[in-house]
Amino acid sequence: MAQPLSRLKETPSQTAGPYVHIGATPNFAGIGAVYPSDLGSLPVSPKTQGERIILTGQVFDGAGVPLRDALIEIWQADANGLHAGHGEHRGVADEYFNGWMRQPVDGTTGLYRFETIKPGQVPFADGRMMAPHVSFWIVARGINVGLHTRLYFGDEEPANAADPLLARIELRHRVATLIAARGEQGDVPCYRFDIHLQGDNETVFLDI
Amino acid sequence: MRNSAAPNHEGAFYQRDRSWHPPAFTPDYKTSLLRSPRQALLALGNTLSEMTAPVFGHDAIGALDNDLIRNFATSGDPVGPRIIVHGRVLDEDARPVPGTLLEFWQANAGGRYRHQKESYLAALDPNFGGCGRTLTDEQGSYWFRTIKPGPYPWPNGVNDWRPAHIHVSVFGHAFAQRLITQMYFEGDTMIWQCPIVRGIPRRAAVEQLIAPLDRAASLPMDALAYKFDIVLRGRRSTMFENRMEGN
Ligand SMILES: [Fe+3]
Repeated sequence: MAQPLSRLKETPSQTAGPYVHIGATPNFAGIGAVYPSDLGSLPVSPKTQGERIILTGQVFDGAGVPLRDALIEIWQADANGLHAGHGEHRGVADEYFNGWMRQPVDGTTGLYRFETIKPGQVPFADGRMMAPHVSFWIVARGINVGLHTRLYFGDEEPANAADPLLARIELRHRVATLIAARGEQGDVPCYRFDIHLQGDNETVFLDI
Repeated sequence: MRNSAAPNHEGAFYQRDRSWHPPAFTPDYKTSLLRSPRQALLALGNTLSEMTAPVFGHDAIGALDNDLIRNFATSGDPVGPRIIVHGRVLDEDARPVPGTLLEFWQANAGGRYRHQKESYLAALDPNFGGCGRTLTDEQGSYWFRTIKPGPYPWPNGVNDWRPAHIHVSVFGHAFAQRLITQMYFEGDTMIWQCPIVRGIPRRAAVEQLIAPLDRAASLPMDALAYKFDIVLRGRRSTMFENRMEGN
C-alpha cells in the first residue's frame, strides 16, 4: 500500500440560484436596512489613476435570450498593471483603486454596466506581457459552477495579437468572443462585451 | 517573489477536480439546459490575474453583519429555530484561509425569501432579511447566527422542493478560489431528492455540503449549532514552481 495523499477535496460548487441578490446585492434586492451599500458597487474614486472606461453588455442563454438574474464580478489590475489585493508582490497598487466590482444585470434589459479604468498590462507565467484585460466571473440560476472568462479590448490589436491566452484558442473564430468592441458614451470609451453561455457564439470560458 | 529561498505557498493552484463538482449540464435541473456551456473550457493555468484577489478588511463589516437574527429585525426576533453556524475555511492542504470574506443568504423559517421574484405562499417574516457576512479569523474560523431556513417549492418539476439550505459565497485569497455553494442540514432526507444536489455526481461530495448538528457548541436554552467546514483550492509551493521554471 502506498501512503495516502490525504489532501482535502474542494467544497463542491452549487448554483447561486435566483436569489443571489439577497446575499450579494441586498440593497439592489430591496433589503436596504442591513448594509450601507452593496459591496463592489461604489464608483471609482476621482483620485484613481487611469483612463475612465465603461464596460457593458448582456449575458445570453442558448436560446439567445438575455439573462435578467445574473450576477457579474470583475477583477482587474490598476492602470500600472498591479493588483490591489492578495498575491501581488511586484509592487504597491494604486491605493485609490480596489480592482474588484460586482453588479447584477438589469432586471428588465439584462444589461450590466461597470464604470472602471483601463487596466495596465500583467505578465503571463513565463514573463511575457498579456494584453490588457478584465477578469469576469458569472453566476446565476442554472449555472452550477461560476464561469470565468476575460474581456480584452478591441482597440488593443497589437497587444491582443501577442497575448498568450488568446494565442491558445485553437478555433480562431472564437477569439472574437473575448474581445469587446469600443464605442463612446459621451466622452467616455464604452466597451461592449456580450457573454454567450451556449450556441454558435459561445464565449470562451476558462479552466483556471 | 520567485527568488525567495524559503518555500512558500503562493504557487499556482491545483487543477480544479471538475468531477467533484456538478457538471454545467444537469438536465434534471432544467434551467441548466440553456445556461450550460457546451465547449471545452480553455485550460489556462494560473496567471497573476487569477492568483490575486481583493482584500476585505474589518472596516467593510458591520457589527451585526454576522447576526441574521438581529441585522434586519425592527419589532422583535424572527420566527424559527435559533441556530449558530460555525466552521473553518481551509485549503486542500488543510491550511487555514484567514481574513476571507464569507457571505450568506437564505429563506426564512417558513421557506420564504425576501425577493420580488419569490412566489411561494409562505409568509414573509417582518424581522428577517436573510443576508449576512463575516470574515474568517487567523485560524480560518468563522461563525454566524441565524434562524434555520425552511424547505421551499420551486418551479422545476411540477412538485420539486428544495431541502433547507443556506447559500454561502467565499472569496479566498485568489480569484481562482472564488466559490459559491450551499450548506444543507444533517438528517434532512429531502437532500437526496433535490435535482440541484443530485447534479453532484459523487455521494461523498454531497456529504461535504451537509453540516452536522454540533451539540457541544450549542448554547443551552438559546441556539443549536451546526458545523460547516469549507475547503478552497490548494496551491503548490513556489519551491516547486522554481524547479519547473529551470527546465
Ligand atoms: Fe435557495
